[in-house]
Formats: sequence, structure tokens, C-alpha cells
Amino acid sequence: MLTEEIYRGLGLSSEEYQKILKLLGREPTLTELAMFSVEWSEHCGYPRSRAYLKLLPKKGKFKPLVGEDAGGIILEDLAIVFKMESHNHPSYVEPKQGAATGVGGIIRDIFTTGARPVALLDSLRFGQLANLYNRYLFRGVVDGIQSYGNCVGVPTVGGEVYFDPSYNGNCLVNVMCVGIAPKDKLMRAQAKGEGNLIIYAGASTGRDGIGGCSILASKEFKENEEKRPTVQIGDPFTEKCLIEATLEAIATQGVIGIKDMGAAGLTCASSEMASAGDAGVEIDLDLVPRREEGMSAWEVMMSESQERMLLCVKKEKAKEIMDIYRKWGLKCVIIGKVIKTKEVIVKEKGQIVAKLKAKDLTSAPLYNMAYQEPECLKEINKLDIDSLPLPEDFNQVMLKLLSSENLCSRNWVYEQYDHMVQTNTVLLPGLGSAVLRIKGKNKALALTTDCNSVYCYLDPFVGTQIAVSEACRNLVSVGAEPAGVTDCLNFGNPEKPDRYWYFKNCIEGLISACKFFNIPVVSGNVSFYNESPQAVIKPTPTIGMVGIIKDLKFIRTPFFKKEGDLIVLLGETLPELGGSEYLKEIHNQVRGKPPALDLNKELSLQKAVLTAIEKGLISSCVDCSEGGISLALFEGCVTGKEIKGAFIDNLEFNLREDFLLFSESTARAIISLSKNNLSEIEKIAKKYGVPLRVIGRVIKEPKLVILKNNFALIDLDLEKAFRLWRKSLESLITA
Amino acid sequence: MRWGVAVFPGSNCDQDCFYVVRDILGEQVRYVWYEETDLRDLDCLILPGGFSYGDYLRAGAIARFSPVMEALVDFAEKGGLVIGICNGFQILLEAGLLPGAMLRNKNIHFICKYVYLRVENTHTPFTNLFKEGQVVRIPIAHNEGNYYIEDEGLLELKNDKQILFRYSDKEGRLTPEFNPNGAKDFIAGIISKEGNVLGMMPHPERASEKILNSQDGLLVFKSIVNWFKRC
Repeated sequence: MLTEEIYRGLGLSSEEYQKILKLLGREPTLTELAMFSVEWSEHCGYPRSRAYLKLLPKKGKFKPLVGEDAGGIILEDLAIVFKMESHNHPSYVEPKQGAATGVGGIIRDIFTTGARPVALLDSLRFGQLANLYNRYLFRGVVDGIQSYGNCVGVPTVGGEVYFDPSYNGNCLVNVMCVGIAPKDKLMRAQAKGEGNLIIYAGASTGRDGIGGCSILASKEFKENEEKRPTVQIGDPFTEKCLIEATLEAIATQGVIGIKDMGAAGLTCASSEMASAGDAGVEIDLDLVPRREEGMSAWEVMMSESQERMLLCVKKEKAKEIMDIYRKWGLKCVIIGKVIKTKEVIVKEKGQIVAKLKAKDLTSAPLYNMAYQEPECLKEINKLDIDSLPLPEDFNQVMLKLLSSENLCSRNWVYEQYDHMVQTNTVLLPGLGSAVLRIKGKNKALALTTDCNSVYCYLDPFVGTQIAVSEACRNLVSVGAEPAGVTDCLNFGNPEKPDRYWYFKNCIEGLISACKFFNIPVVSGNVSFYNESPQAVIKPTPTIGMVGIIKDLKFIRTPFFKKEGDLIVLLGETLPELGGSEYLKEIHNQVRGKPPALDLNKELSLQKAVLTAIEKGLISSCVDCSEGGISLALFEGCVTGKEIKGAFIDNLEFNLREDFLLFSESTARAIISLSKNNLSEIEKIAKKYGVPLRVIGRVIKEPKLVILKNNFALIDLDLEKAFRLWRKSLESLITA
Repeated sequence: MRWGVAVFPGSNCDQDCFYVVRDILGEQVRYVWYEETDLRDLDCLILPGGFSYGDYLRAGAIARFSPVMEALVDFAEKGGLVIGICNGFQILLEAGLLPGAMLRNKNIHFICKYVYLRVENTHTPFTNLFKEGQVVRIPIAHNEGNYYIEDEGLLELKNDKQILFRYSDKEGRLTPEFNPNGAKDFIAGIISKEGNVLGMMPHPERASEKILNSQDGLLVFKSIVNWFKRC
């Protein structure tokens, strides 16, 4: 007899339990109940977000691919497959293994499509580093990413790290993986063809990670809970062998379908493959390789042990495929077969322990959630910038900003990641977007992740639109055309109307911006319940974006190249300090409205920049975002092989000095170019209606000088500032 | 000339080395699975970087027991050229084909970045196209690259001109700030006494194309081709 305690313990509500009774016309077995609990969890079934997810645009300039585990775009004869996923709760409970298995999981989502994983990016968020526990989390997460990613041989080429008190008690670890496959070799996660075999390959099954998705990922943290056993342990060596073996297996053309056993393990893989293939599967748990004795059926079905794959293969190819896995030292056994009835039948010791319709499992309930704007928001949106005191020493302001935890260099992080393996990394980390050449083509991929959660907190709709716009701008700045989006939507408890209001507005912003820029959202993930007694996270809809560089000669970098080159500001600066780093770091306030966003202006800027790059007129390009013009100029000076100086003597001081230097207005970029190209660029800017102003020139001396009426507002020794910028993160962790 | 690239379970720079030899150099190359025992068809074998067996025990400690390593000893004794890069270098140390050992990097972190190397000896199969004292830019990517050898052994290395690469600054000066992992005497790469086995921590295959920010590493591979032609 199943008690309320049991189904509640598995994360099911009494309404959901009633629904199961109705579907089955009988009481479920314990194994069946466990299977429902994971498949209907927020992590797998998206009951609280699906209604909006289906509104995301699926079409764009490049032909989209929307698959089971990861989507992508078509580029000539190739499929570029990508997806981002969260591993937030596991990383908070056990930072190293939580992050490591996040990397492992997303890599499997990519190679299960038949694509070779070629790049990883990580979007990370923690509470502030003044808190020792946050340092422990930050170090642990970076360690987990490096230990897994470096070993498995997929370069970690980009990402972002932000610190904000709202992540106290709930850090975010969003991992994105990109893969490349010949488009005619793509695999689906399906089982079909009666009599075909179901093969289990990879690591053996243990009790690790049971309930990871239904319990850990689908509840908020309460005080004093011990959740460590729900976190899995990663083995990147096995994963590396699994990648090679799986790609080899797929090449035999004997694989009908394949899916990794990650979240919800064998339950998810078997039922979703059967459902996708419109068939049924029968599996015998006695054949599943185990690493622990005495596991019961429901534990085997729910285990989230890592580095495991489930394949549906043609009978006559089974031996060949199993030999490949064994050559790589991996376990590989036949555990079942495809059956005609559209059911998932699970046997143990000759007995049937579960017999369910695959479609019932994969049709999670759909909930209409209540939403309401948080009452305090109107008050938080108020900001009188004219009442802010004008700083006396702008050099000090600059130094404080560029050594602040959100603006200082991330080299301490990315130098721990192997970002060059596979020898495709053209732009090294720290230069805005990552750029990877595609071997055998005169083309490259540009990759970026983006989200300013302060903006989203102040205005979720506009904040998310800005995240999309900035991701586009980052890609355009290196010479790429934005092509596809994957999203990772991180929010608090959706059962609380103010949290759900944020979710609803963010995703509506995402939908509208992607439609406007004509970019499909090909894959993604929703992570709710990111809150603890300490805080609820600021809404964080992380955007992962992939762009295409049509010719290798279009690749651009942010740093100034040549003494005497003109420095030009494109776009208009408005007095917008709401949610800015300047407001936070210098005036200790997080409030106001995010900068206004005019999508048309944004698109015009991007078109102008890309046109100028493709015509070969621009030497460097850096977009203006956090920290405004001043930080963009700093990046232009210091991110090259050697430091260059900038002499800025022609800014238009139509705004107060600090507004002009630190405003985070959208649709702006700083480019440098040879004098000879100025008139051509002016024509392009005029054509697209983008304001253009030559503001200064590149100089040899390593100094950043900003003049107002011949008075040096900023006169920065860049060698010193550069050292400070590079050392700050490490100092903040060790202080 | 015929090249081989060894593949141990967990190697992850095997395909990169293969690509440079076949697509950039235009030479004949094949993969050598770790269970193979016959290397007689090869002139040069590359032990690539990566994490053989996950480096779970100690970098290179398990791979050295692979069947191919026995064949490699024989291959090297007969004068075959061997180049161990990163994890490959670690395997050669574990197998005793080169002297010394690797400790963890002095900052106890994995380090991936471009570094400067000073070329110390150009009279070898691996460096004959470099100039003596030339400073080159080649990236490193490792956890355990802090080379250690006792003073006696170091003296031997020096006397026999076995040190090929040292970490340096851009001008070729040896300063601790530019010794990324704390390696003894700034050592980044050494050869065997007989001169036909090279171990180096930096990855020349990652610096063999203009688009990857440096082509300095390609000179290692080209030197080998050049040496082979002259033989």
C-alpha cells in the first residue's frame, strides 16, 4: 500500500497522485510511482513552464534543428548543435562534483546527437566574495569545471562570472556545450522497430543521484537539510571514452536511436526514447550493470549515475557496436528490446515491476501559475540620478571599477580551463566572444553567454531583451552574424506569484527579442526553486548564442592595433545609470530602471558594425556594456598582446561627466580604424542611421587619457591598471 | 617519412597532433592504439597530451604499462624518433625513458596559457630549424608540469646539452615570474642522452597555424622532417 508519505517524499502532489491513479486505473507499483515522479518533475516534464516555452521562436536566418536533447542550426553540410543546462542545486550542495557533472551532462546531450563536442562555456553566479562560503563555492565550481572539462578534452572557451548577494544560498552554474556533426549523420533519441535491441553502455549504476531531478532540482533549499547523497560523482575519463566509442558506434549506421541517462536516468531514457519512436521497450533490470548490491528496482530506475548511455540498435549490428564500447574499456550489455505495444515494461527477477504507457510518462501535467508584480518594485525603480554626488577623482573611480568583482579580469578562472585543446580556438578567452574556426571550412563559430540579472530584476521584460541584444552585439563585434540561441532560465519558486511574474515577463522579453532579431531558440532548460532562507535569486535568464563568421578574414578583436588609428564611438549615450556597475560600486545602490532599449537602434548598430567589418574597414571593435564607455576603452587598450594607449580628446560632454563615462546605454560600440577608412565608415553609419563620433586616437604610450576642455578627467597609467585588473579576482578570493 | 600518433584511453590531443602532421605538414600518419606492439613501419611516434586513464593515479603512471610502451622502448633503442608532449612527456618520465619527474604546478592549479620558451640546443632532430637562443611562443596546458630532477641529474642534462627548451620572458631572460609551473632550472623540454626521445610540456601542435596565434610550434615538426631528409 502506497502512503501519502511515499509519494510526497518522491516530490509528487496529491493531485498528481490522483491523476496517476486515473491514468492507470489501479495503484501504481513503487517503481512506477518513482518513474512518474521523475518524469513529471519540473526538471524533465516542465509542468510549470511548458506553456510559455512552446511560444519561443523556432525559425531564423539559418535553418534550425530542434531535437530531443539539443537543437541547433544547419550550416551548409554541417549541423551546429548546442544547448545550455543548469546544475545549480547540485553545485551548491557539493560545488566540485555538482559543477563537474553539469559539464558531463551537457556534453552527453551533445554527442548523443552524433555531434562531436567542440566547446564549453560556463555562466556562473555566486554571492559576494566577501563571504567565505561563497569563495568556497566559487573555487569548488571552477575546480569542478576544470577537472572535468580538461580531462574530457573539450575546450572551455568562454562564459561569464557575476557576483550578487541574491545568489547567497543558491549559486548558479549554467553550462553550455556546442558540437558539430555532418547534418546527415544526426541521431535522434528514439527506440523503434520491433525486435531491435536496447543496449546499455558506459559506467555501472549505483545509488548516486537518486532523486536528483525530482527532489534536488524541484524544491527550494530549506534550512538544515542533508542533500549530499542526491549529488552524482563525475568520471571524465569514462566520459572521454564514451564520446569516442559512441561516435564510432554511430558511424556503423547500426544505431537507431540513443539517449544519455542523466537526469532521471534509465526512466527518462527508456520512456522518452519509446515515446519519441512511437514504440515500446521492455527492459530487464537484472542485466543492468551495478556498482552496489541490494539496489531495488525503483532505485535502479531513478539512479542518476553518470556516464551512461542507452542505445536502440539494429539486431544484426549489436555485436559490432558492443565490441566498440568494449574496446574502449566500457561496459556494454543488451538489457532489453523494442516491443510493439507502446509501453515501457520493466522486469526484475522475472516479475514485471512496471508496465506503463510511454506517453503517460512523458505527458507531464501542465499548470497555470498565478503571477503578480512584486509590490516593492515600483519603489526600487525610482532613481534620481541628478542627486548623486559627482565624484572628485575619476582616476580613482576607474581603478575601483576595474578592480571590482564584476568587472575585473576573469583570467584566474579561464587560465585554469584548457581552452585550446582540439586546436580550433582562434580568439582566446577574455576577448568578448569566443571564436572557433571550423576545420575544413573558411568559416568560424562565435560563441557567447549573456545575462545581466540586475537589469532583469529591475525590469524583467527589457532586461531579457537587453541580454539577447548584448549577446548579438558581442557576436557582431567579432565579425559574426547571430544565428541561434539556447537559454537557461533560472528563477525562484514558481509557486510564489511574484517569482512567476518574473519568469513570465523574462520569457516574453526573450520571445519578442528573438523574434525581432530573427534568431531561433533551439534548445534550453528551466531551473526553478533557486531560493533559500538567505535569499531568492535575481531573475537570471541566461542567453547562450551562436554566431557564424562567414569568412575567416572577418574575425575581429576588441584591442587597439595601431598607433594613430582613430577611436570612434558608435551610438548615443543617454543619462542611464539604473542598475549600472557604477551606481552599485561607487554609490552603493542597486535601483532604477535598466537602460532603455530600442530594438531598431540596436539592430542598426549591429548591421553597421558587421557591414564595416566585412568591408575590412575596422581594426578593432568592442561593445559598450557594463562600466560604459570608460571600461570599453580600457578593454580596447589592454586586451592585446601589448598594451596600447588611448588619447580621448573629443567626447561630447552634453551630459554630466560620470553619466557620459559610465552610463550603460545600449546600442553602442567603440571601434578603431585607420584614418583612410573614416569616410567609408561615415557613409555606412549614415546609411543605418547610427550616430558616429571620432572621440580620439590610439597612442603608443600605455596611458588612457580622457580630456574635457583640455583638462584631464582621466589620466590612467595602464600598466599599473592592467596589473590591478588582472590580479583583483585572485586577491578577492584570498583576501 | 611515416608518423604515428599513440592513442591511450584518455588521450585528448591525439587528433590535434594527427591534424598537424597530415594536414599542415602533409606527411603520412596513422593512429597507434595503445595495445599495438609493432611499430616497425614508423619513423617517428608522437605520444600526445591528454589524461591517459584519467591521470587518476598519477599523470602517466598507468599508461606506461600499456603494451605499446614495450614496443616503444624497442623502437627508441633502434633509433626511432619519439616525441612526448605534455601527458606524453609525463608517460616517458614514468617509463624511465627520460630522467626526472613532474610535480604539481607551483600555484596548485591547472594552467592553460601561451608562454615564452627559449631554445637552448638546436643540434637535435627536433630543433634544427630554430636559432640558438631564439624565443618562441607556444602554449602550455597542464596540472603537473613542475619538472623536478636532482642536482646530479641536472648537471648531466646540462653537460650533455639535453635541455632543449626553457621558460623565459619575451626577451629570453630566465626570471621566476615567467616560470609558470616552477620547473627546476626553467626546464620545459628535454631529450634523452641518445638524442632521439623528446619530452616537452608545451604543446607545439597548438601553435602550428597562423590562425591559432602562433606558428612557432610547427618548427618542431618541420625540424623532424628536415632531420629525416638529411639522414
